[in-house]
Amino acid sequence: MEILIIILSGVLFTTAIYNLLQKQLLRIIIGTVLLSHGAHLMILTMGKLKTGLPPVLTEGVTDYTDPLPQALILTSIVISFGITGLLLVLAYRTTQENNTDNMEQLRGKSNE
Amino acid sequence: MNNLVVLPMVIPVLAGILFVFFRYQITLQRWISFIVMVGNIGIAAYLLYLNQIEGIQRIDFSGWKPPFGISFVADSFSLILVLITSLVAAICLVYAFSSIGEEREKMYFYSFVNFLVAGVNGSFLTGDLFNLYVCFEIMLLASYVLIALGGEKAQLRESIKYVLINVLSSWFFLVAIAYLYGSVGTLSMAHISERIAEVGQTPLLTVISIVFLTVFALKAGLLLYFWLPGSYSIAPTAVAALFGALLTKVGIYAMFRVFTLFFYHDHSITHTFITVLAALTLIGGSIGAVAYKDIRLIVTYNVVIAVGFILVGLAVATPEALEGSIYYLMHDMIVKALLFLIAGTMIAVTGTTRIDEMSGLIRNYPLLGWMFFIVMLSLAGIPPLSGFIGKVLVGQGAIEAESYILLALAFISSIFVLYSLLRVFLQCFWGETIISSEDEVPMKKGWIIPCAILTIATIVLGLGAEIIFPYVSDAANTLLNPSDYIDAVLTQD
Repeated sequence: MEILIIILSGVLFTTAIYNLLQKQLLRIIIGTVLLSHGAHLMILTMGKLKTGLPPVLTEGVTDYTDPLPQALILTSIVISFGITGLLLVLAYRTTQENNTDNMEQLRGKSNE
Repeated sequence: MNNLVVLPMVIPVLAGILFVFFRYQITLQRWISFIVMVGNIGIAAYLLYLNQIEGIQRIDFSGWKPPFGISFVADSFSLILVLITSLVAAICLVYAFSSIGEEREKMYFYSFVNFLVAGVNGSFLTGDLFNLYVCFEIMLLASYVLIALGGEKAQLRESIKYVLINVLSSWFFLVAIAYLYGSVGTLSMAHISERIAEVGQTPLLTVISIVFLTVFALKAGLLLYFWLPGSYSIAPTAVAALFGALLTKVGIYAMFRVFTLFFYHDHSITHTFITVLAALTLIGGSIGAVAYKDIRLIVTYNVVIAVGFILVGLAVATPEALEGSIYYLMHDMIVKALLFLIAGTMIAVTGTTRIDEMSGLIRNYPLLGWMFFIVMLSLAGIPPLSGFIGKVLVGQGAIEAESYILLALAFISSIFVLYSLLRVFLQCFWGETIISSEDEVPMKKGWIIPCAILTIATIVLGLGAEIIFPYVSDAANTLLNPSDYIDAVLTQD
């Protein structure tokens, strides 16, 4: 199971990096979102995907999944959500001010 | 257990939250944020003193003993950096009072400065790897906002790039944490170190260490500094000074922690990597510093050179070299803030950023000119000033470790620093004056006083090396003997 998920996060990383290298701003942001998805999957996989019950204390159950990666992922989901929100607004403002969403054109003195 | 340890992070956070409710009371915000920073200086100094008597201080949150809970660990290295951070932040705030403008101040400027300082202090003090990630993000989010605040064209353009590169490096950090958690199964720094020492540094762990190196190299601008000149040169002066003094230093701190506490078993691979990266950074930074005529770019490339120089100390990793690096780190935080402030002031009084359009400023602003002269000598490492002792110790360490190429590069880079700044000095301060006494922009007290305080700080740091030395050598000792750190954290008291 771990192998499958690792391949999946590898595919996510590949698409993410392809998108990050594009010129259009929105595609780049989609790239960052995919990147964080892949990282979160990776954390989950690294905590071992043992079969077990959800980590909620119940009578008579001794076999739980590892609760720590889930807490880590929850934290990092919120952080990347915040950053994505900021990035989207920033991209919107940049596009408005500079009249372009093409990263190739967003450089040099001409845009100052 | 010592509750004071958490205060350098908590007080700025609370102050930052408080300011949200007093958006238009700018005077109140100014005073409170200044008092917060001064208070932090006091707390850090007291903890540093306590460290000498009682050893490393720590606090376990809600009584969960490490490795199960998150703890803040304050050793001399962290506390020295917290102390200097608070000092630099206080002085940059004073500069911001008279330069940042009411528009920005009303848009929660002081909240974000406080959050930035909270993130930096948290990163220095934390004893948990994931908590380090969270503190990095606090610091970075505040810096994203500070860099874009004001919303000018160039600012927006550069902030997009800055945010993207940092999202990428945060991703690297997350993946590195995932790998490390997968292989050692813990997140408390002391516990990770203990477990790595138990199993020995397997090739897998060495690979993970390289991923960590990539992360912190991106944050600190070690060879991967392509994002740095652009984003540091468009922010307002006070913000640029804060960034130049604090942000890259957090990356350097994290690199020191990781490579002295976790991955110190296999020097031949990891430290060779750091050596090569430091050498290339020194070369690249030197070329950048002499290549431009924009004063902001010259100053930002000087940040890059300093990063390379400090990492030389980590690469050779002898006691002297580490002491030298810590010394140079302290000196660099103060002097880079000063350099950015003086450069910003020069831009403010002349209205141009190009050095070939400025001339003869010493006639109108003699004090500024001589302070720039002192900074230049200090950065180049002229004896009575603070840059000297760090350079000597790093050099001594490099000779002991017989890495002569690194030694040569480190000292040649000092010449490049001197040349790049001397060029600015001769071009801008000497020569025919371009500003007649009628249309001279009056020098504000709020501009000159922060610069003067920092100039005094660099002189004091140079002359008072003897007094500071016990703390620096204690910090280097803890770095070299990870067992001290582990014992302090994992013993149950």
